[in-house]
Amino acid sequence: MGFFNDPIHFIAAWLEGLFTGWGLPAGLINVILTFLGVFLVANFGMLYVIFLIWVERKLAARMQDRLGPNRVGPYGLFQTIADIVKLFTKEDTTPEGADKAVFNIAPIMAVVSVLLIWAVIPFAEGWIGTDLSVGALYIVAVGSFGIVATLIAGWSSNNKFALLGAFRTVAQLVSYEVPLVLSLMIPVLLARSMGIGSIVEAQTNWYSIFFFMAPIAALIFFISSIAEVGRTPFDLLEAESEIVAGFHIEYSGAKFAMIFAAEFLHAFTISVLTITLFFGGWQGLGDQYPLVAWVWFMVKSMMAYFTVAWIRTTLPRLRIDHMLNYNWKFLTPLALAVLVVTALLDWLIVNGFGTTETIWRPAILFAANVLIGWVTYALLRRRAAQRPARLVVGTPRPVARPPQPPAQPEPEAAAD
Amino acid sequence: MIPLSWYLILAAGLFCLGLYGVLARKNAVAILMGIELMLNAVNINLVAFWRYQEPLDVAGQVFAIMVFAVSAAEVAVGLALVISLYRRRRSVVAENMDLLRW
Amino acid sequence: MTPIQALFIITSVLLLVSGFMVVTARNLVRAALWLIAALFMVAVVFVLLDAGFLAVVQVVVYIGAIAILFIFAVMLTRRVMQESGPQSNSWWWVAGLFSLLLFFGLTWIILGWGGAAQHAPRVSAADLDNIEQLGLALVDPAGYVVPFEVASVLLLAALIGAIVVAWDRN
Repeated sequence: MGFFNDPIHFIAAWLEGLFTGWGLPAGLINVILTFLGVFLVANFGMLYVIFLIWVERKLAARMQDRLGPNRVGPYGLFQTIADIVKLFTKEDTTPEGADKAVFNIAPIMAVVSVLLIWAVIPFAEGWIGTDLSVGALYIVAVGSFGIVATLIAGWSSNNKFALLGAFRTVAQLVSYEVPLVLSLMIPVLLARSMGIGSIVEAQTNWYSIFFFMAPIAALIFFISSIAEVGRTPFDLLEAESEIVAGFHIEYSGAKFAMIFAAEFLHAFTISVLTITLFFGGWQGLGDQYPLVAWVWFMVKSMMAYFTVAWIRTTLPRLRIDHMLNYNWKFLTPLALAVLVVTALLDWLIVNGFGTTETIWRPAILFAANVLIGWVTYALLRRRAAQRPARLVVGTPRPVARPPQPPAQPEPEAAAD
Repeated sequence: MIPLSWYLILAAGLFCLGLYGVLARKNAVAILMGIELMLNAVNINLVAFWRYQEPLDVAGQVFAIMVFAVSAAEVAVGLALVISLYRRRRSVVAENMDLLRW
Repeated sequence: MTPIQALFIITSVLLLVSGFMVVTARNLVRAALWLIAALFMVAVVFVLLDAGFLAVVQVVVYIGAIAILFIFAVMLTRRVMQESGPQSNSWWWVAGLFSLLLFFGLTWIILGWGGAAQHAPRVSAADLDNIEQLGLALVDPAGYVVPFEVASVLLLAALIGAIVVAWDRN
């Protein structure tokens, strides 16, 4: 096996030879190599956040017609490192009366809950931390650690605003888990397996990526994931103008840096999950070579991350009751409808044509999704027509006008 | 490997801890936590017997899933009752809920 | 002692310690967090028993929903932020004695049963945690569809009941 055909096994075999040469027992070598793999994946996530924050800031700046960070390093690349240095050298305060153990655990749980998702994401063929047979459900399970972390962060700060922010955050996160899980079940259904590696490999050609078979499900998954991360337009809970930074008011210094990094990494993780589940993951031209597949993976996930940052910069913030209404009255019924229709149609197609590989499968399912979308749009329009929006106008105020200038006498004939 | 008795003793220990929590705690929410421990002990028992006696039959796992559903329903209703009680009596100490005593 | 046995011992010690802290912690929020630790250890035990799907469902249902409900209930039924007073009622020593007796009784019965010393039958991994088989069994008329539907009705009743009971009539 050459280096390019299978870099990981090549390096692992070389390291194994090295360690055996040093006289270590085989079991210990196995443990060391596994820990090395875990170390690499976890650190990749945390170090990549540094680059991601810069990308986000530059994107937001350019979309707002300004330059963004451009002083520290070429094109401002080292800005994030400067921010990290600042955050780590800040004083690490603990509010009086706070539950110290719980206060310290919360940021750790927040980071861990995001890093654990990286264990089941395939970077290339066979490049997966552990190919769990229940990978999709595992992602939901690990997300619940983040919810608990938010709740105890708000509670242990001994601050009523933090507690209120934590309650609202948890209400939002738990509500948006429902359409997330429902739309997650659609790639599981189409791939006949819950394992993420199998879901990626079930999207065999460019026309059988699950986005074509279930565009509405992809959109619902994307929107619910953005709400799960807590980014705009769903970031009421940490908006400075609303509740003064919400559940992480009392965190400063390194702990705040951890929560902050966890949020950005979570945003990147959901872009990775969207492209893995719906856009074919690491597949692309020349993906027999794992390094090329990894490049495709990064390109696709950066495109999804660009969309997340774009939405953040463009859309205004939703109010909490609008947010919850949107979830329970729109996303959940739509996700249920799409799930039922997709399940029925997929069974009919696969039984009718005898195989999962026909081109009729994406074609018919796409048409069904378009139909559902059109029906939804018609229903929404009819409902909006029944409740005309009241234009709230105040009583007309007198408009200020400057007084007419007094009539000037005609200027004298040209003075000599 | 691990003999079955280890799992059964572990489940028995967890069950007795939950029982102590139910019998000895004042706060109603803490009593519900004890009930959760007991239900988890039952689940460990079910899954252990499934694995050791009939691993090819899914009946054990289905039974465990039913226990999940039942415990989730029970916790939801129990905590709703506790919160409603707190609104009336401003206290959740189980000893003080004595309106029905003669 | 094989690694699996060592792992089991560590997990069960952590589980029993977490359970003990749940039932004896004075601060109820800490008790809820120890409950989360205990529920996670139960999920690890499920993994040791080759029931991976049940382990993940345990984390999703218990930690992701029930533990959060507990933390909410604790936070909503406290009068002050800090903890107050002993949490054990006046006959806690009777309860402790009874629990201890029950534990020793159960252990004696378990060790007296001949089948308890058996080891896990070797089954290939493909047959073991077969989610497809589980799903088919749950909707099979000759299988477990009736308990499945009854459980759905139970959950619906609990949903409606919880909302009605906790509805604030003011």
